[in-house]
Amino acid sequence: MHRPAAALFRLRSSVRRTETEIAMTTVVRFQIDHIRFLDPQGEPLGPLPDFAHDPAQLVPLYRAMYLTRTFDAKAIALQRTGKLGTFASALGQEAIGVGVASAMRTEDALFPSYREHAAQLVRGVRIDESLRYWGGDERGSDFAEARHDFPNCVPIATQVCHAAGAAYAFRLRGEPRVAVSFLGDGASSKGDFYEGLNFAAVWQAPLVVVVSNNQWAISVPRSAQTAAATLAQKAIAAGVEGVQVDGNDIVAVHHVARQALAKARAGGGPTLIEALSYRLGDHTTADDAARYRDPAVVQEQWSFEPLTRLRNYLVKLGAWGPDKEEALAHDCAETVNAGVEAYLATPPPTTAAMFEHLFATLPAALVAQRDEALRFAPSRAGAQRGGDHG
Amino acid sequence: MAEINLVEAVDLALAFEMARDDAVVVLGEDIGANGGVFRATAGLQQRFGAGRVLDTPLAEAAIVGTAIGMAAMGLKPVAEIQFSGFLYPALDHLINHAARLRNRTRGRLACPLVLRTPCGGGIHAPEHHSESPEAILAHTPGLRVVMPSSPARAYGLLLAAIRDPDPVMFLEPTRLYRLFRQDVTDDGEALPLDVCFTLRGGTDLTLVSWGAMLHETQAAADVLAAEGVAAEVIDVATLKPLDMATILDSVARTGRCVIVHEAARTAGLGAEIAANLADEGLYSLLAPVQRVTGYDTVMPLSRLEYEYLPSVERIVAAARKTLEAS
Repeated sequence: MHRPAAALFRLRSSVRRTETEIAMTTVVRFQIDHIRFLDPQGEPLGPLPDFAHDPAQLVPLYRAMYLTRTFDAKAIALQRTGKLGTFASALGQEAIGVGVASAMRTEDALFPSYREHAAQLVRGVRIDESLRYWGGDERGSDFAEARHDFPNCVPIATQVCHAAGAAYAFRLRGEPRVAVSFLGDGASSKGDFYEGLNFAAVWQAPLVVVVSNNQWAISVPRSAQTAAATLAQKAIAAGVEGVQVDGNDIVAVHHVARQALAKARAGGGPTLIEALSYRLGDHTTADDAARYRDPAVVQEQWSFEPLTRLRNYLVKLGAWGPDKEEALAHDCAETVNAGVEAYLATPPPTTAAMFEHLFATLPAALVAQRDEALRFAPSRAGAQRGGDHG
Repeated sequence: MAEINLVEAVDLALAFEMARDDAVVVLGEDIGANGGVFRATAGLQQRFGAGRVLDTPLAEAAIVGTAIGMAAMGLKPVAEIQFSGFLYPALDHLINHAARLRNRTRGRLACPLVLRTPCGGGIHAPEHHSESPEAILAHTPGLRVVMPSSPARAYGLLLAAIRDPDPVMFLEPTRLYRLFRQDVTDDGEALPLDVCFTLRGGTDLTLVSWGAMLHETQAAADVLAAEGVAAEVIDVATLKPLDMATILDSVARTGRCVIVHEAARTAGLGAEIAANLADEGLYSLLAPVQRVTGYDTVMPLSRLEYEYLPSVERIVAAARKTLEAS
């Protein structure tokens, strides 16, 4: 494992040592390790974890990243042709979501931001569900699988607190489950991020927090977000282990996620993983990143992207080649197209859907409002049907 | 049956429900070893353990945020914000998440949490300790907002709130915590949510209020009674969703209505009730609806707080105005 220290710190008392003063003692030292196994060309930098020698474990990771990228491109195309609302691309960050989610168990719970469909697809969220969400339909968050996973979280970093609470519930009941939360680099500036981490640490709750550091919070670069050398070190203040990983090296991401999940499951408390990557696309389809960052820099970052890296390594293992690549491209296109068809064939939500899940039972005070909405509903297909799954 | 005050009734209801349902956990600042700064959770940690009665770090957003995660994963958290003036950092979680988790997931995930917080003035508390934020909360779709006005209603409504499958904001008037005692049977019987309680029958006018202001409102009804005016007094109790049927029924009989609340007037719940009376009860009205409320000022520090709070005199004056109208 290539493990240089990303940051090395020593806390000092504010009074500097002088000839006459001997009161200073160092009360804590810490360092943040950066973990990477494969270089950008897919060459091992040293000994690899066991799973990285096993194509049967690596190929599904590659397939999941490829599916994510195929889905991403299709979602943008749908948005550009007026068939989808605003969409947040995960282009370039596929290894983080796939690497972490593939280390989770079904019974664990995911608390994503709005850019983690890589993780969600691995968790069993369907392509048509994700498209329904981005297409403006709450039914997209009623996952047929992943029933305990939280939906996309748009208010920044709040999901870290929800995950900490869920982790506490698992601990209290003695269940071997882990809550996993994703956020972005910008979100690490929010109090909710620290508060959630701090609560989980005090409770020694089974929580893994993943910062997908794609270097950009819309137009604000990582350098303007914090003066801290790493985002991983923000864990230290909460008494949490923080580690930085090359987020474009899925071997490293998966390895670190496995360790953090195993630790949490065994009662070892939370871990913060900062995964370094780069947002190769715009913030969302409503953004034009060319306004605030140099396209040449983005082009350079393509040489670090995660799919090529793993593919090169798989080829070296003798586990991958052009035929398999072509077959995978075909499979992913079919899967995505089937999802798109299911999405486009979904009848619109009924007018009554606004009222149906506001409370477990619609309060009497809202009945008249629902009836008013029904009375004035546009006469579109499905609008007047009773159920919301029509 | 025992004579207890409102804060003891809260404690009693929490203890009853924690004993009945293992999923109930209580969390907040100073609620464990200390039993809460108002003693609303006294004895709970000793009885149910630190695993179910959690002294949290001092961070309001995370108190509510973690309670949401707990609730979605099958617990029934009852979280406390120490004073409602400290609720605001948690509004993001309340409004964006607790109130809409069920809707966002089409019922896949629910959020059965109760958020308790003391509210209102009148106890000479420091700055930011006397807020009346109910209208902010009641404006939020998906939230229930409840405020008890007596020990018995605190006990029964809190039990109902904990058992409700959706988030409930439970506002406890600090001024009532120790103002009076009442016989409360610790039988685990909940009171219904979403309905008003008619505290006193009357034929001449309807006084509508909630929380601590019912104390002054009842006193005003006594003054009016001495003058031969029979005022009906309604405790709204659940501020959202609002039981207008009870209020409309009363006003249909009395023709006159005075709404009394401690919170500031503009966009307060009094305006909502008055608007509903105009919508659906206009032809019953014999006089314009009157509101007696806190002023649209910052809640003053303790020297002036009783000039801010609606007085018996102001309520009686408003009542007389409606009586003189026709």
